[in-house]
Amino acid sequence: MSELTRLTLSAALEGLEAKSFSAVELTRAHIGAIDAANGRLNAYLVTTPEKALAAAAESDARRTKGEAGPLDGAPIGVKDLFCTEGVRTTAGSKILGDFIPPYESSVTANLWRDGAVMLGKLNMDEFAMGSSNETSAFGPVANPWRAKGSNRALTPGGSSGGSAAAVAADLCLAATASDTGGSIRQPASFTGTVGIKPTYGRCSRYGMVAFASSLDQAGPITKSVRDAGLMLTSMSGHDPKDSTSLDVATPDFAAFVGRSVKGLKIGVPREYRMDGMPEEIARLWEAGTQWLRAAGCEIKEISLPHTKYALPAYYIIAPAEASSNLARYDGMRFGHRGEGGSLTEVYENSRAEGFGEEVKRRILIGTYVLSAGYYDAYYLKALKVRRRIADDFDAAFSEVDAILTPTAPSAAFPLGEKQDDPVAMYLNDVFTVTTNLAGLPGLSLPAGLDGQGLPLGLQLIGRALDEGTLFSLAGVMEEAAAFTARPDLG
Amino acid sequence: MTIDAATVRKVAKLARIAAPEERLNALAHGIMTWIEQLSEVETKDVEPMTSAVHQALPMRDDVVTDGARPDAVLSNAPRADRGFFVVPKVVE
Repeated sequence: MSELTRLTLSAALEGLEAKSFSAVELTRAHIGAIDAANGRLNAYLVTTPEKALAAAAESDARRTKGEAGPLDGAPIGVKDLFCTEGVRTTAGSKILGDFIPPYESSVTANLWRDGAVMLGKLNMDEFAMGSSNETSAFGPVANPWRAKGSNRALTPGGSSGGSAAAVAADLCLAATASDTGGSIRQPASFTGTVGIKPTYGRCSRYGMVAFASSLDQAGPITKSVRDAGLMLTSMSGHDPKDSTSLDVATPDFAAFVGRSVKGLKIGVPREYRMDGMPEEIARLWEAGTQWLRAAGCEIKEISLPHTKYALPAYYIIAPAEASSNLARYDGMRFGHRGEGGSLTEVYENSRAEGFGEEVKRRILIGTYVLSAGYYDAYYLKALKVRRRIADDFDAAFSEVDAILTPTAPSAAFPLGEKQDDPVAMYLNDVFTVTTNLAGLPGLSLPAGLDGQGLPLGLQLIGRALDEGTLFSLAGVMEEAAAFTARPDLG
Repeated sequence: MTIDAATVRKVAKLARIAAPEERLNALAHGIMTWIEQLSEVETKDVEPMTSAVHQALPMRDDVVTDGARPDAVLSNAPRADRGFFVVPKVVE
């Protein structure tokens, strides 16, 4: 365990600029930390230490010449959903096998342009379908946090479980992640880290393995709110290779941290007060409103009446899009090819052998809701409900500037606990999925610990393209929460 | 709403997934029952929301922007031969 790996991204960049240490030293410290801890955590699926050290040496040379970029020399991890040229990319699935992308995703290309150094590829639920990292074909990730007095392995959440665990355990300074229904924010909440899913269209989806294209968005998982701003600014930007990428300027998000939030109106949606919500989460939510009130915000109760229909609508829309997106895995041009007597048998066996159970389940549901006779009753109905959920937010944002909710309905739970009950697993996303459906930004930050000593997060939801306000509010809350607890990495 | 075995087989055929296990069918059934609650929502005269962003798809010139990289295209093929994908016989 090195002091260098405990730094935030912001502090590490200051240290590099002050020549307190080199990018090579910083990278070597992280490679050492990964070697020591990855056997237990299973956060990295692939590590690229030689490439990382070579990139770090180039970064040091750039800094000497005064040509350092905004993230120059910072070692980061990449969710295995992002295509990385020449480095195996599996999306946590056997069907991609040993897929070596011959091209780079736009999000990671932006990070390398700004000088970041890749340490390796991070484990995830298969095709990002899961909330516990247990659907990964390469085994689950263990959360570096454990309940007080227990050695039982907990989930880091999902689908970006590898990203969240690696950041929480100091195995990288920051990580890329992606969020289709909560896959950045729920793992951030479970691991005491910060995560933001930006407005749909902020980050290019080019080179990101597709799950549900109208919901998928990239974003970072980091150790601080400011770090999340630095990462998101680098990751964002218009990309002609993604037709849904927004042609808008990217703000310097980190600059919003520390700004006054006085006079902002914050909504607290009454429908998010669910039956059976743990008392500790309700109390923390209340504490969050007090922190913002103390900073000069006005807290208002609001209503988002269609909240309870968001998850059922999501579980029609996301599988429908997935069944279409995953049709490309046919064993012909790349990935796993099964045996068979006819072409159809080869398709059927390739897909039966290559996809895991949860992915097959969602493809079947998606195929069903799109099939003749059911399309109007399920798929079209879900798209109309989606509109009503987006309209709820539009109405709310005529009264308030941002919305405060819990991130997840519980703290991290033991691996294996919810594996046999998909609906119970899906309920993890009850507070996060609404923003994916509406395309809005959502940020989770650690707010406190529960009675078992496990982290709990709060979520801020903003207007489309108003991530800046979320960073200002999160900065205030981060300071008030003074969350300094760390997992026992021994 | 129940999904009978014949429907599951039909859907699996459409999705080109060989013989889904019984367990999978039962679980899919539980999820479909849970999804039924959407029928409670009044959606008369509601436009379906097909995209998360309010913007027209961008237009560009109809010109080739990439290509002529057969080696990269074939680099992950399960089987390739002299610049072609090798696939199972389709026509008898």
